[in-house]
Amino acid sequence: MSPKSLLAQREAFLAVAILLLVGAIMTRFSGFAAPANLANVFNDTAILIILVLGQMAVILTRSIDLSVAANLALTGMAVAMLNDSAPETPLALVILLSAGIGLALGAINGLLIWKLNIPPIVVTLGTLTIYRGLAFVMSGGEWVNAHEMTPDFLNLPRHVVLGLPILSWVALLIVGVAALVLGRTSLGRSFYAVGGNPVAAIYAGIDVGRTRFYAFCLSGLLAGISGYLWVARYAVAYVDIAGGFELDVIAACVIGGVSIAGGIGSVGGAVLGALFLGIIKNALPVVNVSPFWQMAISGAIIIAAVTINVRGERVKGRPILRPAGATP
Amino acid sequence: MSIEPQTARRAIPDRLDTRLGRWVKGWEALLLVFLVAIFAANSLASPYFLDPWNLSDATYNFTEKAIIALAMGFLIIAGEIDLSVAAIIALASTAMGAAAQVGVGSAGLCAIGLSVGLLCGAFNGFIVTRIGLPSIVATIGTMSLFRGIAYVVLGDGVYKGYPADFAYFGQGYVWWVFSFEFVAFLLLALGAYVLLHRTTFGRAIFAIGNNPFGARFSGIRVERVKFLLFLMTGLASGIAAIMLTSRLGSTRPSIAFGWELEVVTMVVLGGVSILGGSGTIPGIVIAAFVMGLVTFGLGLLNVPGIVMSIFIGLMLIAVIALPIVVRQILNRRRVT
Repeated sequence: MSPKSLLAQREAFLAVAILLLVGAIMTRFSGFAAPANLANVFNDTAILIILVLGQMAVILTRSIDLSVAANLALTGMAVAMLNDSAPETPLALVILLSAGIGLALGAINGLLIWKLNIPPIVVTLGTLTIYRGLAFVMSGGEWVNAHEMTPDFLNLPRHVVLGLPILSWVALLIVGVAALVLGRTSLGRSFYAVGGNPVAAIYAGIDVGRTRFYAFCLSGLLAGISGYLWVARYAVAYVDIAGGFELDVIAACVIGGVSIAGGIGSVGGAVLGALFLGIIKNALPVVNVSPFWQMAISGAIIIAAVTINVRGERVKGRPILRPAGATP
Repeated sequence: MSIEPQTARRAIPDRLDTRLGRWVKGWEALLLVFLVAIFAANSLASPYFLDPWNLSDATYNFTEKAIIALAMGFLIIAGEIDLSVAAIIALASTAMGAAAQVGVGSAGLCAIGLSVGLLCGAFNGFIVTRIGLPSIVATIGTMSLFRGIAYVVLGDGVYKGYPADFAYFGQGYVWWVFSFEFVAFLLLALGAYVLLHRTTFGRAIFAIGNNPFGARFSGIRVERVKFLLFLMTGLASGIAAIMLTSRLGSTRPSIAFGWELEVVTMVVLGGVSILGGSGTIPGIVIAAFVMGLVTFGLGLLNVPGIVMSIFIGLMLIAVIALPIVVRQILNRRRVT
């Protein structure tokens, strides 16, 4: 089966799984599928979706970015403190700054990987602790609370336009741009090429290191924007915001059919993967399951999802040894 | 973990180094120099540092993590990884706590801790070697699963009331300043050294890490060896769970949170290639001491824990980047 039809099949499978999930939730709480509630669930998942798209670009190039949540925390803390100490700064500048800081942090990851050839998992493991540590150093462990931030800063993502909050629109916009970039630009195609076969990519004239660098920049940029969105949405900034969220992001990618070995994945699948996690997170309280179950359930789902994905991806090997006792 | 293509440039040197020459240029020697420097810096920074009891306290900083790092080293050399180790500690500790509530004695608690560790390791090994999942994703999944079960059982509660003699494993001393934890670590390190560097099983692990297909063609049962390594890592996490639970005297589901990254840092710092195929036990042991003494020294200087983590992160990147940068500069000079 060609990779493309396999992927389409996987997305259809995931879409059916989501429908079944929503159906199952509705037997306990019939209002779950009401449009207003679904819009809420989407809005709750918006930040996850944004981060998943950046992570997907990175994973496509056969890398991994463990530092996204720490990047989000550091950027979020930086813009919250800026808003607290200099409330007159125009909001557009604050948002631009969050994108810039995130981009810079992502570029640091990318440069270390590109120029020094250190494995991505090692680099981002290091910067994960460094970025979050810097958020502590910067804030001294203090919280920035809702009353210390300006109403404009806090209300922008909540502002409803055409029935959806701006946060949801931002996520939709980024989904659209990501689909364009990954599907229709040479940069996007080179992400796939680098992950699918790095040696062939070199022969095709693609600079593998530079392409990885761009992927990490993209991931950092989206993490930075998410930093502002997160702080504004939850109206609080402290060192531990989004702690461990990088694993949710990777999990959503994997559930969405992005291959951890690189080169395989689609924007649609990744978004569905994020929605799947988001629906579960939102449904547990309404069907009266203790939120303490959430971690165990998402763990089980990750394992199940990878198991299903691996079945399709497995390279059929030639059996070179017969099992003992088997008749020839 | 096949994240990175192997692009090592292999060249045959004109003359082989002597044994000593190789060692001096090696990673362990570099780490050892670093360790001595930290030791000197610490004893200059604080007059209390060189007190034997103080040094003994310093070992508590890293022994539990280091015991897991020994096993994790095997796993990473074989080209796999286990990110669920801290979650195994949480689950094993929760199981021991639940058993202690119904009056199970110390020996029983230890048996429970070790069996939970082994079971979790077996589960990881099963899904990686039997179902064929990439270990990095599979163990991210089991990490949520194992700790998630601990949360389901305990919620925001806590288990206390361990038997009095259970405290020995985390707080007892074998002789003078040598704690049970530290002595156990040294013995396990010795065992790990023999197993990795002096047995065919150890050679098989390097073979698998360098070339799993080649290893299979050489008659090594790759999947079985990997399964055993996951089992070993689970067991090591069980041992660490007993020690940590005994030392803290209580269990919360958030116990040992984030340790998996510190353990991996320790292993990589010890010179084990994250791509698999190379590494040594002495390197991991020295790296454990380095990390333990850096954090302990910073603690004596009243540096908060999260700031220490910046140092750990910088150290991880710096020690890996440094030899690469030096090599790049040397190569550039050779060309001109």
